[in-house]
Amino acid sequence: MVFKWFLAVGVAASLAVTNAWPGLAAETPKRGGELTYMIPADGGPSLDGHKEATYAVLHATAPFYSVLVRVNPDNPASTTDFVCDLCTEMPTPTDNGLTYTFKIRTGVKFHDGTPLTAHDVAASWRKIVSPPKGVSSARENNFVMVDRIEDPDDTTVIFRLKFATLSFMPALADPYSYIYSKAILDKDMHWYEKNVMGSGPFKFESYDIGQSVKGVRNPDYYHQGQPYLDGFTAIFAPKQSVRVDAIRSDRAALEFRGLPPSARDQLVKELGDKITVQESDWNCGNVLTPNNSRKPFDDVRVRKALFLAIDQWRGAAALQKIANVRTVGGIVFPGSPFAATKEELQQIPGFWPDIEKSRAEARRLLKEAGQENLSFEMLNRNVDQPYIIVGTWLVDEFSKIGVKVTQKIVPTGPWLEAMRAGDFSVALEANCQNIVNPIADTGRYLPHDRYSENFAYHNDPVQVALYDKMLRETDPAKARVLMREYERQTLDIGAHQMMVTWWYRIVPMRSYVKGWKISPSHYLNQDLANIWLDK
Amino acid sequence: MSVSAPTRLEAISPIEATLTARRSRWARIRRFCGREMLGTFGLGIVIVMAIAGLSAEWIAPYNPTANDFAAMTEPPSWAHWLGTDQFGRDLLSRIIYGARTALIVGLSSAFVGGALGLVLGVGSAYFGGLIDMILQRFFDIMMAFPLIIMALAVVAIFGTGVHNVIIAITIPLVPRCARVVRSSALAIREVPYVDAARACGYSHARIILRHMVPNVVAPFLIMITAFVGQAILAEASLSYLGLGVQEPVPAWGLMLQGGAEEYASTAPWIAIFPGLAIMLAVLGINLFGDALRDELDPKLRNR
Amino acid sequence: MLTYVLKRILFVIPTLIGAAALVFLLMRLIPGDICVVRLASGGSNVDARALATCHAELGMDRPVFLQFIDFVWGFFRLDFGKSMWSGKPVTAEIMARLPISLEIAILATVVAISIAIPLGAISALKQNTWLDVAVRVFAIGGIATPSFWIGILSIMLVLDVTSAITGHPWMPPIGYVPIWKDPIRNLSMAFLPAITVGYRYAAVSMRMTRSAMLEVMREDYIRTARAKGLINKIIINRHALKNALLPVVTLIGIEFAFLIGGLVVTEQVFNLNGVGRLFVQAVQNQDYTLTQALVMLTVTVFVVTNLVVDLLYGWLDPRIRYA
Repeated sequence: MVFKWFLAVGVAASLAVTNAWPGLAAETPKRGGELTYMIPADGGPSLDGHKEATYAVLHATAPFYSVLVRVNPDNPASTTDFVCDLCTEMPTPTDNGLTYTFKIRTGVKFHDGTPLTAHDVAASWRKIVSPPKGVSSARENNFVMVDRIEDPDDTTVIFRLKFATLSFMPALADPYSYIYSKAILDKDMHWYEKNVMGSGPFKFESYDIGQSVKGVRNPDYYHQGQPYLDGFTAIFAPKQSVRVDAIRSDRAALEFRGLPPSARDQLVKELGDKITVQESDWNCGNVLTPNNSRKPFDDVRVRKALFLAIDQWRGAAALQKIANVRTVGGIVFPGSPFAATKEELQQIPGFWPDIEKSRAEARRLLKEAGQENLSFEMLNRNVDQPYIIVGTWLVDEFSKIGVKVTQKIVPTGPWLEAMRAGDFSVALEANCQNIVNPIADTGRYLPHDRYSENFAYHNDPVQVALYDKMLRETDPAKARVLMREYERQTLDIGAHQMMVTWWYRIVPMRSYVKGWKISPSHYLNQDLANIWLDK
Repeated sequence: MSVSAPTRLEAISPIEATLTARRSRWARIRRFCGREMLGTFGLGIVIVMAIAGLSAEWIAPYNPTANDFAAMTEPPSWAHWLGTDQFGRDLLSRIIYGARTALIVGLSSAFVGGALGLVLGVGSAYFGGLIDMILQRFFDIMMAFPLIIMALAVVAIFGTGVHNVIIAITIPLVPRCARVVRSSALAIREVPYVDAARACGYSHARIILRHMVPNVVAPFLIMITAFVGQAILAEASLSYLGLGVQEPVPAWGLMLQGGAEEYASTAPWIAIFPGLAIMLAVLGINLFGDALRDELDPKLRNR
Repeated sequence: MLTYVLKRILFVIPTLIGAAALVFLLMRLIPGDICVVRLASGGSNVDARALATCHAELGMDRPVFLQFIDFVWGFFRLDFGKSMWSGKPVTAEIMARLPISLEIAILATVVAISIAIPLGAISALKQNTWLDVAVRVFAIGGIATPSFWIGILSIMLVLDVTSAITGHPWMPPIGYVPIWKDPIRNLSMAFLPAITVGYRYAAVSMRMTRSAMLEVMREDYIRTARAKGLINKIIINRHALKNALLPVVTLIGIEFAFLIGGLVVTEQVFNLNGVGRLFVQAVQNQDYTLTQALVMLTVTVFVVTNLVVDLLYGWLDPRIRYA
């Protein structure tokens, strides 16, 4: 019942946010061909999806593995359409939402020939949810609701939860949750860091360090007919201009993360119908975070003034021409049923449609707080798209209320370190999630002692109480009302942090690549099983 | 010795002496220009750059950091002579202000690096022994050490900004200068009159300043001009790697980073003009430095 | 002579230890934590328990002094440990990328030498003519132009020109294959960076050749040979060039040492999977072991090259030996 409501709204929302060019209508897939694509990063650290958090690892290894459940690869823009990969059907939770029982497919084999059973699934999930000492699981936090995992026989896996929550199923669909072989894990929990052996649509062929990963078709793949490709080559190409040139000269067909608007415009202009572009809102956004525990940003008036200075609506409209940003939104991903509508958003200071009124109010607040000559240094990450561009825009916006801002742009390591140490005045950070899970995703706005990666360093018991209530609410309509209150507390009444532009994903690809559909997350839909080449 | 210097043995009036000296100085300069056409051309470029940098506020048509979202990536036109970048900022203005940044970075790094190198090099040569050995090893390490790590460390610890870029660029220049200065100073140290001066009780400082430093001035000056050029190039490379000056400060190297490559095919002027500016500036400085060396080098004087 | 050689070799050791201490210190002064960078998903979310496991795994919770001892002792044993980022042995990481960097360096040297020496010599012989001026401007252009700018423009040029002529834009391949497996593909990937780097290299060498030739031409023995009536060509080939080549060769040697480290920017521009790019990655990931190993590699190459050049110079030119 709950999921049907979700499904309806989710499908409607996903149709609204995805702009796919015509040509994706159903055609008969052709078998054969090699896909060459690029991974916009240097080679990732290890090959273990459970351990790592960078998309470089995911793009390189997802084709080799199966997962338990996943976002529907034919409808990846949906935030609520989850389907089975290794299970036989999506379960309905029992025991008031505390128990999820999965039936596992039979006849699935690992690439080395050994059969895959529920015991492998359970062992892999135990590694993810509660790894033994010395083994790390990068997303352990997402599964605090899981009490234990049982595998009573070869085809059944049972998840027992500590409390019922709407955020469990999206968490379970985490694309990094590869299913490993229990036999191998029992011998060596670290084996998968350096080796690949899964049950996915492609078999591992080779890995040239820092260069490329190659795979070939798995003839025994359990989804009949797939994969269509004979094989693939993934090349690590951290430099953007190289990636654009490669697509232009057909050295590679595409990259799966996203290119800026200038690249899209250039490719479309030059290649015309040889290029297809898919676009989508991205489950990533920049967050402006003043250090709430440092003067003068401990004064809510000063924070509010900063937020009011920003012309979100016109800024987003201009920035989308040069950066990967587009949609103005609140704390929830704009395509989700939990997100605020434009009318609801415009009630919040910082999103008022009249910018002159906002800026006048900002100046008034600064004067009241005695901070008319405010100047500060904004911490930013040295990545061009879109951090530096958004930062440069913000500096200009702040100057319009007389606040002088300089940017302190540092590499990723020092950027993270400064925020973790609280060693900054105002920081521009980002928030990206693997999968759209609004209730879990918005937990990051909770105070530091509750969510250790929140760098606003604020205290707000009202906010915490609202969130806890929402976390345990099982009626989506009521949860949405609570979400609006939580959002208001975060952005308006407490004014702890402010969203500045949600990102926008643009994936241009050569038109012969078919079958792949874009989603709000560059972590989703990467196993390449449904891709075919029209050559 | 200038050929037109007075050779008469009788006393000459002060006025005449001044006029002759001034005339001979002008004559020397004119001869220099005639002989070293390239050097003069180089000097001309440097002067243009200096004027641009000093009077940027008056001659630049637009504010270099003002975003103009209505005029993004426009090609060169009457409104914007060199076009605009992806934020709509006027490229000509940014290049003019960039001259100021380049001069500040170049001159500061060269002079601070040179000064430190001079002191260390002369000191190392004069005192010799253990001090010399330790300083030599120190120079070896600094010269062999890759610039990018130094720059990253400076940026990560102190943050970005013009001052910190200057620090990062100055560091590798010091040992290079010290080495050259040291070898010139070593030649002087062996001369007997240094020992005689010590015997007379003259202080170290006086000996160094009076005798050693003047001898190393010529190669030192030539090296400084080379350093200015190298510093500008180093700033460009560091900014390209994201370790130099930061947005929205107008600096030529920074203008080549990020946006320039992204728009290389659709808006090539964003990449072409800052690169040309760097090339011309360093070209001018090097041409002038070459001519200066040719002029000051005694062996080549009698051409 | 022997004492001179021994002393020079002995001096290498404190230089290396000093460099080791410097890089060790600098890396740890930079704020940031490789474990945080590695585990930060979604911008900045890091799992606390995973972080602790990572620290323990990488030995970052051991006292700093012990870490330094391990590093220096490992260096002398030629055991550079494992990369903190990937867990693979540092030697494997470097060896996987060395071939392409070496290839570019060697090709650039070939380009440089084949341009620099003839042009430099001609420029010296026809001093102050238009030819000389043209060569000098060409040389200074090479020194004055940022190499990455040339790289950017050259890629753009090749793409636009091939697109205009054939309608299909051409770009060098983005995956490296060794030269013995597919020489055409390999060379088509290497020629642009080699020329870009080689131009600058040639420029420096050209100027050195020119000034060395000029200096030699003024030497007394050349004047004597001319007075004796020897043909100019023989003078040049047998006497002038050979003696002029000495400083040129030393310069080429020194520049080659700089080249390996200096490939950093070039490899960024052309997206080559070489040692320079590994350097940038290692530094930005704050991978202590890998960065330390790379710095020691660069410093050692530099110091050894300098040593060899000094000794060679001392051996070839007796005047210097007794300085």
